[in-house]
Amino acid sequence: MFGDISAIDLARFQFAFTISAHIIFPAFSIGLASFLAVLNGLWLWRRDEVYLRLFDYWKTIFAVVFGMGVVSGIVMSYQFGTNWSVFSDKTGPVLGPLMGYEVLSAFFLEAGFLGIMLFGRERVGEKLHMVATAIVAIGTLFSAFWILSVNSWMQTPQGYSINDVGQFIPEDWWAIIFNPSFPYRLVHMVLAAYLTTAFVVGAVGAWHLLRSSESRGAAIMFSMAMWMALIVTPVQIIAGDMHGVNTLEYQPAKIAAMEGHYESFPEGRAPLILFGLPDDAAGVTRYTLEIPLLGSLILTHSLDTPIKGLDAFPADERPKSAMIFWTFRIMVAIGFAMLGIGLWSAWGRWKGQLFDMPWLHRAAVLMGPFGFQAVLCGWITTEVGRQPFTVYGLLRTGESAAPLQAEAVGISLMAFIVVYFLVFGSGTFYVLRLMSKRPRDRIDIDEIGPTRTAGITPIAANPTAPHPTQGE
Amino acid sequence: MVIDLSFIWAGLIAFAVLAYVLLDGFDLGIGILFPFLKNRDERHLAMNTIAPVWDGNETWLVLGGGGLFAVFPLAYAIVMPALYPLIIAMLLGLIFRGVTFEFVHRTKRMQGFWEVGFWAGSLIATIAQGMALGALVQGIVVNGRAYGGGNWDWLTPFSGLTALAVVVGYAMLGATWLILKTEGETLVRARRFAMPLGVALVALIGLVSLATPFLRPEYLARWFGWPSGAWSAVVPILLALAIWQLWTGLRNKDHLRPFLATVAMFVLSFAGLGVSFYPNLVPPALTIADAAAPDSSLLFLLVGAVVLIPMILVYTGYSYWVFRGKVHPGDGYH
Repeated sequence: MFGDISAIDLARFQFAFTISAHIIFPAFSIGLASFLAVLNGLWLWRRDEVYLRLFDYWKTIFAVVFGMGVVSGIVMSYQFGTNWSVFSDKTGPVLGPLMGYEVLSAFFLEAGFLGIMLFGRERVGEKLHMVATAIVAIGTLFSAFWILSVNSWMQTPQGYSINDVGQFIPEDWWAIIFNPSFPYRLVHMVLAAYLTTAFVVGAVGAWHLLRSSESRGAAIMFSMAMWMALIVTPVQIIAGDMHGVNTLEYQPAKIAAMEGHYESFPEGRAPLILFGLPDDAAGVTRYTLEIPLLGSLILTHSLDTPIKGLDAFPADERPKSAMIFWTFRIMVAIGFAMLGIGLWSAWGRWKGQLFDMPWLHRAAVLMGPFGFQAVLCGWITTEVGRQPFTVYGLLRTGESAAPLQAEAVGISLMAFIVVYFLVFGSGTFYVLRLMSKRPRDRIDIDEIGPTRTAGITPIAANPTAPHPTQGE
Repeated sequence: MVIDLSFIWAGLIAFAVLAYVLLDGFDLGIGILFPFLKNRDERHLAMNTIAPVWDGNETWLVLGGGGLFAVFPLAYAIVMPALYPLIIAMLLGLIFRGVTFEFVHRTKRMQGFWEVGFWAGSLIATIAQGMALGALVQGIVVNGRAYGGGNWDWLTPFSGLTALAVVVGYAMLGATWLILKTEGETLVRARRFAMPLGVALVALIGLVSLATPFLRPEYLARWFGWPSGAWSAVVPILLALAIWQLWTGLRNKDHLRPFLATVAMFVLSFAGLGVSFYPNLVPPALTIADAAAPDSSLLFLLVGAVVLIPMILVYTGYSYWVFRGKVHPGDGYH
């Protein structure tokens, strides 16, 4: 039924598909949870109803996104066992407890306070509701901490020994959790989540500004998002560079594949291949467009430090270059496009025209989905670059899979694809439809129908509220 | 006496699984009962009784799976491939039902579709869990450090029987939860569901209990041998007490007692399983000690579990307390 495709290739594709679908939701909900906490804080601090309305606007979107993140996440926690049982048996003693801590310290925390955050403002009062909202945001960050520690250990394992049945045995938990690539990966991913969210929020704000400049809510969203774009993007670019330097130290083969370097540069002076077509079979990157010396400057921050190419590694330990050469470049290009938007907005803000720049608004709308694109490309780069290992240098992907037949994996893969496109496709559509609704600056008293329970007391419109252009 | 860490963890994992079964049980049960509710308003009311808590309820399933990976990785690596189609079906069912809590409020045209999805997803997940239970009780073939059986070992008359029992059991939890959380016409209807479901549940628990000892000789010895049989007899005696409580609760039209009695029946059935399984984690041959991760893993996570699980119970309890009482039509933020 599945021809020559092996069970392991199907299992790899299934993992790639389900985890790619999953990461989209946390990347958004990590950022959105923090954004909601900030909005709620602003509402409590300034008592300007526009913040409460913005909170409600994004809360509804958050509920849909978070639900999709939860259900697609449950799949991940079982897929290690169903499709990668040998990996699970061998790494369980090291990675399992880290995931256990993720469940205990993050998932329960988020789930326990999510209900109060979504439904409980009137029941528990403003202060406890603020606490619940902040706890949900903190929970998403705890979750990122643990799962990135897990992933990073698979990239840069340490603090373990191997027992007589081939299991990794923890020796030093501190070394395991804070493995060499973890701090960089954690910072890079959390910033990516924040930026992704900022660009979605910015796109929604810009969209409504283009349709009508009357909405204060839209102006506030756009302004906050552009501050994030201006301040966080440069930090992210620096963090990404540091992450790359770390990867060069611990996974040089991955860097060689990302750069299309099939041959080593024993005296440094490596060019930066801007574009080209890596040919893994022939071991050469064709049709290159290069900038001399810049490769060495970026990777080693020097001119003459030797840089290894893929030829420095045994043939059966080389990651393939063809895909990650491009995913890496797409991610970097998106990063610089984000920086461009941030600078453009700063110029507009300085001129006092931030809300009257239709071309900036159009560009921001266009950039809306690209944070997700960058996150996916970044993850593909780091995960495909880890191949042919699941635990880098120690456990091969080919020796990690469950003893399943291709039919079983193939059928489940098709079921996942059908269900994911139907369910998450619909969910994405609903989220976009929610975003297309114009944010309300306040709610009039006679609009409060029976579905709104008592307690949302609309405060009188504040006549002294600043015009949005006067800064946020 | 030093208690072995692996046994503490077996207890904790059992607790997580039991918590999941009870909490997501009433949650899934409402999905199973969905087509029998009167109209859309009543279905949405039923859904609103669980909307603030379903996510927390399902987190116990993640703890069960993630916990197994952490402390009994070998059992995780053997059981998941053995039950492959069931686990996949369960996950897909849970996806469908989980998203509908929000989706039904986001569309008019497709509302009926997602309501059917809520019912079908709940039912499929429940059937998969019930069959997985039956397959585990029958025993799993192990070859070295991997599953050694075939693709269809889990599909037997016995796993069909356990699936039916779990479907009826979850529906009963759902019905008694509705008795607790609703009023008026819905409450009356929920009571009408609870009577026949209760009778069917008692009958199915009886059938599964009668069949189980004859699946494997060690179960028979555990239940009817001496002296273990005397201790094991405690379980059916307490079960009879719970059934009596359920009966009086329903007859007196109590609001809370039927739910608690059903919970007690689940706890006792679960304890009965524990009696059959012990000291195996995966019958017939994988013991708790064999499957356990090294002590360094068990201890590291235990420190966190001892601190965090009580906190989880407190704030989960708090969340239930916040949303206590009867749910009225139109509650919620939609």
